[in-house]
Amino acid sequence: MLSSESKKVNLLAVLTTIAIIVATGMIFFYLPQMTGGSSEVLGESFKIFYIHLPIAFTSYLAFFIVFVAGIMYLRSSNKKWDILARSSAEVGIGFAFLVIATGSIWAKAVWGWYWIWEPRLTTSLVLLLVYLAYFMVRQSIDEPETRARLSSIFGIVGFAAVPLSFLSVRLWRSVHPLMFGESIYGGSGGGLEGPSLILTLLVNFIAFFMLFATLFVYKIQNEELKEQVNDLKQSME
Amino acid sequence: MIQSLRIALKDLKSEFRTKQMLNSMLVFSLIVIVIFSISFGNLLNRSQIIGQLAPGVLWISFTFAGTLGLSRSFAAELENGCLDGLKLCSFNWNSIYIGKMLSSTILMITIELIIIPLFIVFFNFNIQGIHGLFIILVLGTIGYISVGTLLSALTVNIRTREILLPVLLLPLIIPILLPAVLATGKLFSGGNITDVFQEIRLLIVYDIIFFVIAQLVFEYAIQD
Amino acid sequence: MFADNVGSMDDVISVKNLSKSIGNHQVLKNICFSVKKGSTVAIYGPNGAGKTTLFKILSTLWTPTEGSVAINKFDVSTDSSNIRKSIGILSHETFLYNDLTAEENLCFYGQMYGIDNDILDKRIEYFLEKTGITYRATDRVSELSRGMKQRLSIARTLIHEPQVLFLDEPYTGLDQNAVNVFENILKELDSKKTTKLIVSHNIEQSFKLCDRAIILDKGKIVFDDLKKDISDVGSFKQTYKNLINS
Repeated sequence: MLSSESKKVNLLAVLTTIAIIVATGMIFFYLPQMTGGSSEVLGESFKIFYIHLPIAFTSYLAFFIVFVAGIMYLRSSNKKWDILARSSAEVGIGFAFLVIATGSIWAKAVWGWYWIWEPRLTTSLVLLLVYLAYFMVRQSIDEPETRARLSSIFGIVGFAAVPLSFLSVRLWRSVHPLMFGESIYGGSGGGLEGPSLILTLLVNFIAFFMLFATLFVYKIQNEELKEQVNDLKQSME
Repeated sequence: MIQSLRIALKDLKSEFRTKQMLNSMLVFSLIVIVIFSISFGNLLNRSQIIGQLAPGVLWISFTFAGTLGLSRSFAAELENGCLDGLKLCSFNWNSIYIGKMLSSTILMITIELIIIPLFIVFFNFNIQGIHGLFIILVLGTIGYISVGTLLSALTVNIRTREILLPVLLLPLIIPILLPAVLATGKLFSGGNITDVFQEIRLLIVYDIIFFVIAQLVFEYAIQD
Repeated sequence: MFADNVGSMDDVISVKNLSKSIGNHQVLKNICFSVKKGSTVAIYGPNGAGKTTLFKILSTLWTPTEGSVAINKFDVSTDSSNIRKSIGILSHETFLYNDLTAEENLCFYGQMYGIDNDILDKRIEYFLEKTGITYRATDRVSELSRGMKQRLSIARTLIHEPQVLFLDEPYTGLDQNAVNVFENILKELDSKKTTKLIVSHNIEQSFKLCDRAIILDKGKIVFDDLKKDISDVGSFKQTYKNLINS
């Protein structure tokens, strides 16, 4: 017995699966071979960029939702905003981790190191740390209302810290000897001009947003069920 | 505003009377510096390398010492239920935030002013841009304390606040530590105030943003 | 059984349909009562009845989930700063700073309430005298005995001459000397028309102070009557037991 709502969610899950398959397929089969052009070094490994970039954007989006839901929670004290915030944070932390993972894999293939202190990558690391701290707040508080209120505050402050980290990391890197020059991303820019590349990137963006949306919706449903169970437990007492 | 001053004055009066926080923060930041210089070992006579490492060491010692102070900033008010007393006589709770921020900032800067000369002696520095260094110290400390005071209030009613505070605070202060360390490094290696203009700008932006955000959410942080 | 609690012009405290939920638990359910200027109301109830919650809301530390609370016509949610100026809280916690002297503590709280320095000096002197701590005025609070801290706490509560006084378990930790001081001061406040609200476990001691008694159980008012309509402490205690156990 499926309600119409869970049918919709299941449909979304199916669509997401298709989108991911199409997007991945496009990376491997639709894209022209990346030879010549402005960035010979990048070659095959550059393909991870089509996954990496959408994931990175999605992880920022997730934290933005935590930020907005935090503001809304403080204004209304409505539990549903807290459910939204924690669901988004939980899915977001997965994406933030993937950003680092895909970024390192790419870095290893291109430059031979798993990690480079590049502004965008470092900012993603800061984002991951802030997410982890966010869950530390949640974990340390037992009382649901206090937990919702204090984690909302941390979500708001944490979100503000991330773009500032980017600015300061960029400043920091620009004075140290830059190992790879300014062309870290710029060099690949030439390769992105073709319509097939932009299309692939676009499809990947859509696919990963859909993936986020699906996980997000499932997570919210999950959390709502948890709340219902808790309410039932309380009323049994 | 006058209430904030009174709160800050009250904090400083009890602090400078007992000097508990002041002493432990001073000793702690000294120890951090000494441990670092020991671990650098024979690098110490290579001024080029030390010049790049030392500013980081300095700010790490301030950061660690600061978390000691911040973890007590609001926790000290729990004794005899003073926090409730303070909340009852503060007509606007934001004045508690500003008051606490003022007293912690003054405490931190006092410590910095004692540590810096010692540090310069330890690492054989020769500083030209002393005004610049002072500006960087003040701006960096204000930013650090403005986030720290908020988090100190946020964690005050949590059982594990002593462990939690540094974990929450450190990721958020990365954007302030980086420019502060950079600018300090430039000033140590003979730069003057015009060389650190960009860092100063970034520090000011950070200070303003976090001060404003903290004002907006502080009331929610100290409801219990 | 219920006293005439319909709102009127000289109400200092008026609570209308107040509810407070913490998590899924409703701590206060639709509380209504009002208090006339100068009266002393005692609130009784078992642990978990919601007394503390009610006090926290009345003293602006917590906000109500539903309903409205007004003190001196100021609403707790929108005008809390005006309320804070006119209330004083004496609780089993002293709210005193251990590292400041007795005098400095009074001075700090007085200044926070914006009292002019020369008036404040006189008041500090008066209250130190009244509570019998003048000879220890320059000692740190941490060096004072428990009883003295409690007496100093009474002085702290009254330093800004509040119009409404909340007494939260005022007898806890008071020694005989402090009880005498406390009761003397309360009598004096009666002449100043100070409104008082008392929460206490000790029915015996606090009943003689009040002129109206309210019993709170499971977040609801189950009894509210003027003292002159209650025959004596013994019968009131019996009523209390019956209500709580039912």
